[in-house]
Amino acid sequence: MSRQMTKAPPSAPEGPREAGEEPRLVFGDAWDYAPAPESPDHVTIAPRYDLFIGGAWRAPRSGRYFDTIDPASEAKLSEVAEANAADVDDAVRAARAAYETTWSKMKGSERAKYIFRVARAIQEKARELAIVESMDGGKPIKESRDVDVPLAAAHFFYHAGWADKLDYAFHGRRPRPLGVAGQIIPWNFPLLMAAWKIAPALACGNTVVLKPAETTPLTALLLARIVEEAELPPGVVNVVTGAGETGAALAGHPGVDKIAFTGSTEIGKRIQKALAGTRKRLTLELGGKAANIVFADAPIDQAVEGIVNGIYFNQGHVCCAGSRLLVEESVHDLVVRKLRDRVATLRLGDPLDKNTDVGAINSKAQLDKIRQLVEAGEAEGGERYSSSCALPQKGYWFPPTFFTGVSQSSRIAREEVFGPVLTVLTFRTPDEALEKANNTMYGLSAGVWTDKGAKIFWMAQRLKAGVVWGNTYNKFDPSSPFGGYKESGFGREGGRQGLSAYVELDG
Amino acid sequence: MDAVAVEERAAALAKRSIKKQAKVAGLRLAVAMMDLTTLEGKDTPGKVRALCNKARWPLETDASIGPCAAICVYPNFVTVARRALEGSGVKVASVATAFPSGQSPLAVKLDDVRRAVDFGADEIDMVIDRGAMLAGDYGKVFDEIAKTKEACGAAHLKVILETGELGSYDVVRKASEIGIAAGGDFIKTSTGKIQPAATPPVTLVMLEAIRDHYYATGRKIGMKPAGGVRTAKQALHYLVLVKETLGDAWLTPDLFRFGASALLNDVLMQLEKERTGSYQASEDFSKD
Repeated sequence: MSRQMTKAPPSAPEGPREAGEEPRLVFGDAWDYAPAPESPDHVTIAPRYDLFIGGAWRAPRSGRYFDTIDPASEAKLSEVAEANAADVDDAVRAARAAYETTWSKMKGSERAKYIFRVARAIQEKARELAIVESMDGGKPIKESRDVDVPLAAAHFFYHAGWADKLDYAFHGRRPRPLGVAGQIIPWNFPLLMAAWKIAPALACGNTVVLKPAETTPLTALLLARIVEEAELPPGVVNVVTGAGETGAALAGHPGVDKIAFTGSTEIGKRIQKALAGTRKRLTLELGGKAANIVFADAPIDQAVEGIVNGIYFNQGHVCCAGSRLLVEESVHDLVVRKLRDRVATLRLGDPLDKNTDVGAINSKAQLDKIRQLVEAGEAEGGERYSSSCALPQKGYWFPPTFFTGVSQSSRIAREEVFGPVLTVLTFRTPDEALEKANNTMYGLSAGVWTDKGAKIFWMAQRLKAGVVWGNTYNKFDPSSPFGGYKESGFGREGGRQGLSAYVELDG
Repeated sequence: MDAVAVEERAAALAKRSIKKQAKVAGLRLAVAMMDLTTLEGKDTPGKVRALCNKARWPLETDASIGPCAAICVYPNFVTVARRALEGSGVKVASVATAFPSGQSPLAVKLDDVRRAVDFGADEIDMVIDRGAMLAGDYGKVFDEIAKTKEACGAAHLKVILETGELGSYDVVRKASEIGIAAGGDFIKTSTGKIQPAATPPVTLVMLEAIRDHYYATGRKIGMKPAGGVRTAKQALHYLVLVKETLGDAWLTPDLFRFGASALLNDVLMQLEKERTGSYQASEDFSKD
């Protein structure tokens, strides 16, 4: 091919460039988007929420309520009942009664009707649920609208379909329900995690006591309203709000047959200790420090999108976040350059604005933890790059950030930040990529980016991770089992595998 | 290229909500970026003159809107257009190189270019040899573009890839690289004669090729989606793609154009709606 380059045309003026200086793209305000907030006007948040026990709304025996706030403004949204051990006891008894008298005796096809009804109600109230989710938790409305709420509905639809087909799910073995499930869920996907927990439990014939996280109780309470409006038998679903003590009371209650917990590895270990020697079944979905592995032959521009989605989705408050970028050394500089430009386009701010990409950090406590780990990253010599985007005055915010020049031994490469902070590491060979990817106490997820199908399979077979994404990241579906290896927990949620956490098998 | 991820990214950017002053500013920019086009066997001097007037004064009631960037015609109408646009700042672009198929000897294609330039074309929209591209004869594709660039002299060269005939994003990406390396000032998606014409994902792939060339050389190549952009909403989506892929520097008619005919009136209708608060009948806008 003849390579005679014609001279630079007059239509492409080049600014004066210093020798050796890289051409830089400018992502400024030449054409800025006007604010496009989703209006919260037609959403009603009650000034106070009681406990949902036995199909009725009841004041807590504790007599206490706690505030739930909007992390983007620190404004109080509502106050929520604090359930103590006596309240939890009431909820477990109500769940037991519902289990014994109605739910376990009901035909699967009848249970399915109720679960379908919940799924449809979530779709009908999708806008309200999305707005409240973003207000209470700080996540961008585009995520609550396009991911959290549709997936929550999808989990109910999917499991409604299983309710009368359970006899075919376990290769001829007959499943029986376990009884009362105590379910403790985190603040990062409040409604979605409630759906992940409640839908399979109900489909399999169990009744539940759900304990939402203390910083994000509102959508679980709206879900309780939906359960009430769908006329589920009283006590099939109970919601007890509160903090760690409430959760401990639920996990420790002798009337509970199964505990399902999603949250930090630290609390997960505590629950496992508390349950040792009891008859209770346990599934844990805990922390992660996932490797997102980019080979030199990957479609780089698309991989950069996957890196951004992997770590900045939901402000990095994602247990399966791709928080360790492992990039083949030969494309490290290119990937970092593209990542820097891509991060410059991320729009941080009002979670209700439809153009917001990065919302508020969920709580003051989480913001402090992120800051502390980022300081450690700087102290250990990592080179920090943070978006120069403006941070709002009120509320909890952290700019999208990544570290280069980090080694495997750095705290920031080992500990889960649970925030919008990526560490960039390099590798030279597939073996080294694999070794580094597996060199962690976690094993929830991983991503592999390459144009070679064979390489994806080779890696996927050897990665110690519950989910491996090939040329994509953070994709979820109710039919796909999700769960961890090692200290990321045990048990699977979703798919046929997820059902087995809620049944006893005959024979 | 990963097709799934490309389409996902393009679709994600379609969800940007462009309202109020951002919408008005974006649509005004879109008018200024438009290559108002007529490329039909039934074109006449009268039709071309009418189009030139539309390009000069898109909205007779508001002189602050426009003018369009260029009008785009066959070589036979360059002289007419040139005269009609005298002193307006609106450029005359001519298709050439045996447009739209390009299936003629190179000498004929180069002669086509030289004549269009002699008639007074400021810009030449050439077509690549898609047959050679798909046959893997990249040297031929490159050489034809390079020779066409030479024949253009001072005229700007837009290289039409005809992405609707290339079959995959990988080939689009490779053709973009060849078009840029061989001397194209702009790369352009389509002739408008083949479906699909411009799409957001194909445009994204080409913008990424432009970005990589800028990273490597500091040289800014222009982009022109053509065909299939019919509504104001689509036009804003393309501007979002440009803004979030290449940044502020490309938000100018010097580096981004729309090749369109029906788009202008829809943009004008939206601009009038933003100004007056209500939609006007399509009959209220001149159809040229």
